[in-house]
Amino acid sequence: MSTLGVAFHEGAVVAKRNLRMILRVPELLVNAAVAPIMMTLLFGFVIGGAIELDGVSYREFLMDGIFVQAVLFSAVNTGTVIASDITTGIVDRLRSMPISRSAVLMGRTSSDVVNNLVVVVVTAVLGLVIGWRVRTSFLDALLGFVVLLVFAYALSWLMAVVGLAMRVPEVVSSTGFTIAIPLGFLSNAYVPIDTMPGVLQAVAAWNPISAVVQALRDLFGNMPANAVRPDAWPMQHPVAASLLWIVVLLAVFIPLATRQYWKAVSR
Amino acid sequence: MTDAIVAEGLGKRFDEVTALDGLDMVVPEGTITGLLGPNGAGKSTTVRLLTTLMTPDSGRAEVAGLDVVTRAAEVRRVISLSGQHTAVDGNLTGFENLEMLGELLHLGRRRARTRADELLARFDLVEVAGRRVKDYSGGTRRRLDLAASLIRTPAVLFLDEPTTGLDTRSRMGLWDTITELVAGGTTLLLTTQYLEEADRLADQVVVVDGGRVVARGTPHELKREVAGERLEITVAPGADAAAARAALAGVGTGAVVVDDLGRHFSVPVDDGVDALLAGAHALRAAGVPVVDAAVRTPTLDDVFLALTDKDQEYSG
Ligand SMILES: Nc1ncnc2c1ncn2[C@@H]1O[C@H](COP(=O)(O)OP(=O)(O)O)[C@@H](O)[C@H]1O
Ligand SMILES: [Mg+2]
Repeated sequence: MSTLGVAFHEGAVVAKRNLRMILRVPELLVNAAVAPIMMTLLFGFVIGGAIELDGVSYREFLMDGIFVQAVLFSAVNTGTVIASDITTGIVDRLRSMPISRSAVLMGRTSSDVVNNLVVVVVTAVLGLVIGWRVRTSFLDALLGFVVLLVFAYALSWLMAVVGLAMRVPEVVSSTGFTIAIPLGFLSNAYVPIDTMPGVLQAVAAWNPISAVVQALRDLFGNMPANAVRPDAWPMQHPVAASLLWIVVLLAVFIPLATRQYWKAVSR
Repeated sequence: MTDAIVAEGLGKRFDEVTALDGLDMVVPEGTITGLLGPNGAGKSTTVRLLTTLMTPDSGRAEVAGLDVVTRAAEVRRVISLSGQHTAVDGNLTGFENLEMLGELLHLGRRRARTRADELLARFDLVEVAGRRVKDYSGGTRRRLDLAASLIRTPAVLFLDEPTTGLDTRSRMGLWDTITELVAGGTTLLLTTQYLEEADRLADQVVVVDGGRVVARGTPHELKREVAGERLEITVAPGADAAAARAALAGVGTGAVVVDDLGRHFSVPVDDGVDALLAGAHALRAAGVPVVDAAVRTPTLDDVFLALTDKDQEYSG
């Protein structure tokens, strides 16, 4: 077997284990799916009444934000599970075995795609119930979901780094949410960027979350065509910006996580 | 005989803590070495350096002739680790755990499954094989963890505190398992806080404290080195303590220690059995009635306390 074949096989074995875990500890997935439901109800029905948008219903606008927030929360799981594998010594055992360098992390993040997929489906169904619709072509919609899931995959690597750095599941979880919450709110996910004060507008426009949310709004047709958007390049070209962000996240966090993995030991 | 493990001046620091402070150790092939030390002595750090989980700050080490830093990938091919934490997945069954590791080691699915079955049988785990590991007892979980480290037969096996936290019965069961396991010629490095365990299992004991080796030798040598045998005599109530003391002074090699009641006497001796006979004769000749007489060999506990607790008063 080639080196790549070896790594692929090992990654697949690890992924299989993780998929079994999804079925056996459904709480993890249920929690990940509950988060977008809560956010939708909170913003769509409690807070959203006070938000007026031109040409589009707030709930429809909101759902694209919820999609991204949901995968952002779901990615925290990647980190906590890695941390728990470190604390239980499973990582010690795997690292003392002749296994290719990145197989374990690859297996982990790949199996988390399934998690994310479930979370996205739950969010989509919820959206359909409260009036969110795909108003473009099938291909645009497909592209939208692909961008979302690949972005989620990149976020898994970000949270893997958090998991490997913090090593204690509870700490990883709180750190993960400390990153995920402001990242979600300092974006166009919940309110249009032009309602924010000047400095925050710049931050929000360049926030990778905003790029993906905007990409979804464009690809799903959830923004009026004539709506004004910030001049910042990512807001003018959200799909390209999303893809670029994905490449950057993967290029930074895959090597970082892999390096940290080879230093991770239980206490 | 070649050496399976050679460690020279291993040092490792964590921020302010010096976990290892120049540790030297040699483990000959096919032997069992017990790395004995209290909590925080540096046992796990040693194991982690030798199993390539960490790299040393100073010094060097070889396992099976391979440098653990520069040839780490090769080292991983010949070792197995059963770490301080039982590293099995609680959400999988015992069978699935072993199957997964077999597949990771490229046995192929079918071979991985037969190997899992073999190991489950060997470690008396057949009954629980289909249950999730999180429902296992501590001893059962540890047996599975041991089984997991034997999917391939390693040249060098590392067991980090395999019996810590187990009840006496499970501990003794595990000792039997370990004894059988190394009968096949595997080199074993075992860490433990239990002297009895090192005494029972190890050919060689390396006592560590504060990140350094404070003593080494066979369990027998260590006991001899640190504290010799003592003759312990109990005389009948009302017996002549002064006469008894004088009689025992004649057979011992050091001062006679008497308890407050003047009934229990203890004296260091050279050859326990001869001294026992000589002591009994001397006491009879002095007209002192004896109710109990014994030669006490020091336990590793005595050794351990003598070596690691030099500056502290021990009351126990
Ligand atoms: N990863 C780590 N980070 C910081 N300190 C550590 C780490 N691992 C071990 N130590 C410290 O190093 C010392 C030796 O630890 P260890 O090797 O685990 O001892 P033992 O296994 O003999 O109980 C202890 O003081 C411990 O707290
Ligand atoms: Mg330890």
